[in-house]
Parts: sequence; C-alpha cells; structure tokens
Amino acid sequence: MEPLIRHEGLVAVLDRVNVDTDQIIPKQFLKRVARSGFGQFLFYDWRYTPEGEPDPSFVLNHPRYAGASILLARDNFGCGSSREHAVWALEDYGFRVIIAPSFADIFYNNCFKNGLLPITLSPDEVDELFRRAAREGYRLTVDLREQTVEDGDGFVARFEVDPERRMRLLEGLDDIGVTLQHEAAIAAYERDRKAVYQNVFR
Amino acid sequence: MSGHRPRTMFEKIWDQHLVVETDTQCLLYIDLHLVHEVTSPQAFENLRLSGRRVRRPELTFATMDHNVPTDNPFDVRDPIARTQIQTLADNCRTFGIELADLESPDQGIVHIIGPELGLTLPGKTIVCGDSHTSTHGAFGALAFGIGTSEVEHVLATQCLWQTRPKTLKVEITGTRRPGVTAKDVILGLIARYGVGFGTGYVMEYAGEVVRGMTMEERMTLCNMSIEAGARAGLVAPDETTFEYLRGRRFAPKGADFERCVAEWRAIVSDEGAVYDKMVVFDVTDLEPQVTWGTNPGMSVNVSGTVPDPASFDNPVQRRAAEQALAYMGLEPGTKITEIPVQHVFIGSCTNARIEDLRQAARVVRGRRVAPGVRALVVPGSKRVKEQAEREGLRDIFVAAGFEWREPGCSMCLAMNPDFVPPGERCASTSNRNFEGRQGRGARTHLVSPMMAAAAAIAGHFIDVRELLRDDDTERGAEHGTAHSA
Repeated sequence: MEPLIRHEGLVAVLDRVNVDTDQIIPKQFLKRVARSGFGQFLFYDWRYTPEGEPDPSFVLNHPRYAGASILLARDNFGCGSSREHAVWALEDYGFRVIIAPSFADIFYNNCFKNGLLPITLSPDEVDELFRRAAREGYRLTVDLREQTVEDGDGFVARFEVDPERRMRLLEGLDDIGVTLQHEAAIAAYERDRKAVYQNVFR
Repeated sequence: MSGHRPRTMFEKIWDQHLVVETDTQCLLYIDLHLVHEVTSPQAFENLRLSGRRVRRPELTFATMDHNVPTDNPFDVRDPIARTQIQTLADNCRTFGIELADLESPDQGIVHIIGPELGLTLPGKTIVCGDSHTSTHGAFGALAFGIGTSEVEHVLATQCLWQTRPKTLKVEITGTRRPGVTAKDVILGLIARYGVGFGTGYVMEYAGEVVRGMTMEERMTLCNMSIEAGARAGLVAPDETTFEYLRGRRFAPKGADFERCVAEWRAIVSDEGAVYDKMVVFDVTDLEPQVTWGTNPGMSVNVSGTVPDPASFDNPVQRRAAEQALAYMGLEPGTKITEIPVQHVFIGSCTNARIEDLRQAARVVRGRRVAPGVRALVVPGSKRVKEQAEREGLRDIFVAAGFEWREPGCSMCLAMNPDFVPPGERCASTSNRNFEGRQGRGARTHLVSPMMAAAAAIAGHFIDVRELLRDDDTERGAEHGTAHSA
C-alpha cells in the first residue's frame, strides 16, 4: 500500500447525501477478477449518457475538476454494498482523500486498506468547504501527521482518525503482516477456545 | 459472570472473540467465513501472490449466487461472469474450501444457505464480503459485511481488526396488524429514523414483536440493518432459534446440541445492561410499506401519497427528495395505490425463504398476473425451491403467470441477465432501491412479498389486506379465524 503522509490537491465537489457504492461503481463492473482499472467506470451511470458519451452535466466531467485528487462529499458517503471496488475505482481515478460529514462503515474501513484517506469534518466545516470550493481551482492540503486540512487562505480544520489506522497509512503497512506478528496469540486463542467451546468448530 | 457488571449480548460475543486488544483496535477471531464469487477473486489472488495459505479452510464455506443466471444456471453466457464463477471453483479447490457450486443441492444465496445448513449458530462471529451478512444476526451471531481486503485478511489469519462499535437497542413494541410483515417493520423503522441512524452501532432488536417473530422474519429484520447503516443486527436466541437449528446439517447433534443450547441461552443481554442508544418503535399503526424514492428510508404507508420535497426542513434532504422523485418519475401527492408497475420481483436474501413464498402464494392463489406485468419468483436456494415445489407453491405461481426461476441474487442487483429496463417500475422484495440497482434507469419500489404479489395481480400497488379480506370473506366459513401475518 502506498503511504499517505501529506497530500495537496485540487478539490472536486459532489453535493449529494447518501451516495451509495452502487453509484460509485455500478454492478456490471464487478465481474472483473483484477483489482486495477476500475477508475474508468467510476460513477459510470452519472458520468456517461446511456449512449456512452460523457454527460456534461455531471460534475466530474467539468474541465475545471480535471486532475482532482480530493473529493468533497456529503453525509453517509459510501453507503450500501460492501464492494471494495468502489474504493478501487475512486483511487484508480486519482482520488487520495475524501472529505465528508459522515461515512458508511464498511466503505470507511475499505478506504484504509487501499491508501485512500476518508476525513470526517463537522457539517459546518464541510458547508464552509463547499462554499470555498465554488472558486475555480480550489485546492486543499491534508496533513495526516498533523491531522489537519487547510487551504492556505484561512481555512484550517483538525480531524480525528484512529491512531493505529493513521500509523498504518503513514507507513503504508500491510494489515496481514501486522496481524501475523500476533501469530502466537491467535494460536493460543484457537487452542483455548476449542477446549471450551466445542461447537464453534464444525 | 455473576458479580460482573451487566453486559449486552453484543459485548458477550465480542469479548469472547478478542484475540488481541490495543488502545483502539481489536483483533477479533472469526468463526465462520462465507465466500461468494464477486468479492473474493482479488483476495485469493493476493493470497497466492504473497504465498499465503487459508488458515482455517474448515471455517470457510463458499457458494455462487450473485452472477448466476436463474433461467438456466449452467448456461452462463456472459464470459466475464463465467470467468468469475470458474475462478471461485478453482480457488476453492486450490485452497481446500468447501463449495456449494451450481450442481450442489446446497447452492443458493449465501445468506439463505448459511442458516439453512446450520452453519449460522448463536454466539458465532460471521463475516462475508457482502453487506447483507447482517442477516445472520437473527440467530444471535455477530455477523457483518466486509470488503475484499478484509476477506483476504480473514482467509490468511481467521481474524479481523475492528474498532469496537457502539450499541443501539431497538425495542419493537405494539401489535402488528394483519398484512404487516417483518419487511414492513424494518422499512418503517428506517423511514422513521433515517438511513444513517445505525452508523457506528450494532443494533439489537428486542421487544414483544421480535419475540413473536419466526426465524425467517427475524432474518428479514436483521438483513436490512445495514440499510440503517448499522454494522450488524442482533436478536437474542430463544426456543424459536433452537427449534429452527435442531437437526440442521452442520448444527451440533444429540447431547452436543443440548450442551450448546445451554451455552446459547447465556447469549442474551443482562438485566441492567447499558446501551449507547435506545429507541422504542411501536408498530401498532404501521401499514404495509412502499418505498417511493432512491434509498430504503424513503417509504410510506400504502394508504399514503408520494411526499412533497418542500415538506422537508433540511435543504440537503429536500434536494435528495427532489432528485429521488426526478429519478423515479413521480409527482408529489400521487397516491401510492395509483402507481403502476411493469415488473415484480419476489426474491433476494431479504425475502426469498419458504415463508416469503408461502405468503406471496397465498395472495396469488386463484388469481392472474395483470396484463403487461412481468413477474418473477426466484427462490433463495435450491432447498427453498424444492420445498416450494413439494408444497405446490410453484404451481400456484406458474398458473397465475409468474416465471419460476432457479436460485440466485438475480434482479436484486441485476448482475445476472435479470434486470429492469430504463424507466420501468418494479415492485421488489429486495433491499435496495438505489438508482440503477436493478438496471440503469430502473425504478425500484421495495415491498414485502405479499405486497409484491398483490401488485403483480393488480398491476399497481394495492393494500394487500384488501385482497386478503376478499379471501377471508369467501373462505371465512371454512377457516374460522382470519389472518396470520
């Protein structure tokens, strides 16, 4: 996983609540067995007309957002299906950070496994960012070490993130590698558990 | 545990599965890992690339459901879907995982076969790369959906890093009116409290209404916990649970079973246990529900009308309602019963068990699907299908003009060839009415199996109780008492 320490980038806005993972990556693209190449299908039904042409009314098709790497969104972003393909699509498209007042649980977890940083800010801070992002070329700097988001023009917000997830993202650590360091504890648990709760192991 | 502080059933299960606890993260042991074809290939591939094995293949069980065609499952014409199905079979063989493939009598939707086979048991931790894993919480198992990276993690370690969720008690009180199913209860609950009200929580459903529910009803309830944003839903195990499990293939047998029942009885929240949040939901005035919008919280009573976005105070919610109505092609104030449907789908992990099919068949019996309506019944598993055929349900559906299909996820998410064309409307017993869920431009209305059956007959939404009343008037003399919902 690519570490994320500090990121500076162009902000794109998606002003909708409850954006579900079916929208982020529609099901027809879930049949692939690879992990890469999902960016071209991101927000497919919103991004393209039924004829397959880019829909000029969809925000990510506006030329001003070309190259955006920070997505500003609304409440309950990533709700619905557990499909990690949604995170793969966002990341492959070029996003490294998503800012919203709240995220759906599974999506939030999936982000951290792929080096995509979900940042929860207060509704007021997100509203303020939406106002500021109306300005073309609006950019933000995210510092994971300091846990701050700032625009260099007076907006500074601090965000909370689980310290261990933060550490793994800063160092680009592989979760499984971390877990396997606990092999002795896992093996001991299995031994004790089997003795007490026969029924668990079918 | 006497002498200790009272704990919720969630805390009991959680504590029992803790392998390592750090300041903020818990390494949780996983007792059952269910696997399907769509969210697993990348996990197995990474395992292979890193030279890792599956730590506990005997705690892992796989089936094929999402992609499977339901007219002829063996004729997978979509080459990419075929690759995915074949990839799962290859992975299961390579890594030694039991697979209920398309030829197996055990095959079906993963959340239907887990309970059916007795793999799902009280007190277990259960995960699957599918958000509707919450279904298994009906048995008092802590069950939740995970992403593909986590699937890989569980395959490799049989454990999962988790942050401890908060607890939310949902007490469901009152008396359900006839025709009001578990589906209506959960839709009504989410409509009342919103699609984000469970985020960060494990919800425990309690109260007399839940106690009175069958296992299949509890599964419907827990299934849609994720639509409220909850990590999992839970129902305390009781006699209803134990009776359901007795004799199931993987459930313990004989004296072992009785010993387990004694253990399972302890998986209930202690008197005085403290929850982070509690709500009481009275269902006495609840009617059958129909969704009008593009998330499962946008539902109203069948006697109601499509709401006016102007009635929402919050501007963000107002805009969401406007967007939903534009997508759904509906005008504010339209009576729900005046909305026509072109498709009816009875199926999915929410509502494709035998009781669902019986309830729908009860409405359909002796009637015909309205002209211009295409109606599908997709049983949740091979076993459900066979049982329905033995009970004569298939004949009732077919005689009425329904298509009778092979098991799979089918039109719930339309990854297989079953989909709703753009602009057309579907009364669906599934769990999500998101934009494009049943096909690009498809307009989904979530309902119970009885309400879906009634819509198929009428060609538009109708209060199923009207049809049931007609039946009871005719049959009242022979049956004596009337309803059972």
